[in-house]
Amino acid sequence: MTQKKIIVYSLSTCIHCRDTVRYIADKGLKPSFFDVDLLEIEQRKKVLADLKDVNPQQTFPTTVIGEKVIIGFEPEEIEEALKKG
Amino acid sequence: MNSNFKTNFQKAQENKGYFFSNDKERVEQILDALMTNRDRYGYMACPCRLASGERTEDRSIICPCDYRKEDVEEYGTCYCGLFVKDKEIDVSGIKVPERHVYE
Repeated sequence: MTQKKIIVYSLSTCIHCRDTVRYIADKGLKPSFFDVDLLEIEQRKKVLADLKDVNPQQTFPTTVIGEKVIIGFEPEEIEEALKKG
Repeated sequence: MNSNFKTNFQKAQENKGYFFSNDKERVEQILDALMTNRDRYGYMACPCRLASGERTEDRSIICPCDYRKEDVEEYGTCYCGLFVKDKEIDVSGIKVPERHVYE
């Protein structure tokens, strides 16, 4: 079974973002994550536009698991999203 | 992390009624992140918010941020989890909603 697409929009300085990425990685999963603060300007603009599409407030962390968008570090919501088929 | 800075910063905030939690490791990580932002931007932008790099634009999210008072009163901790009302609080279990609106 292929892993669901998991994306974490994060900041390299944000402890809630670290918690989120670590929580997912500890399950043996491999999220794609963007430390937006470390991106070059053009890539940052693109990633922020993508983030705005799923979270208009553009807060961090924002996690996308399949179709589910999770705002902040929310282990229960992550678990639920991972279980859904 | 400059230990003098940390000590002075802590004392100054405690005098205003804001404390660091007893989770020393977590506090140290947040303080290091503030130092990273200070080195990067010239001011301590909140480590959990994306700074623009323009001081005037980021004014409300420079630590201590404009939202600290309300957040600590309502949730017991500020947005990034550095400041708490009660030192024993476990901030990792608290989610503070974002009050800041990005321009």
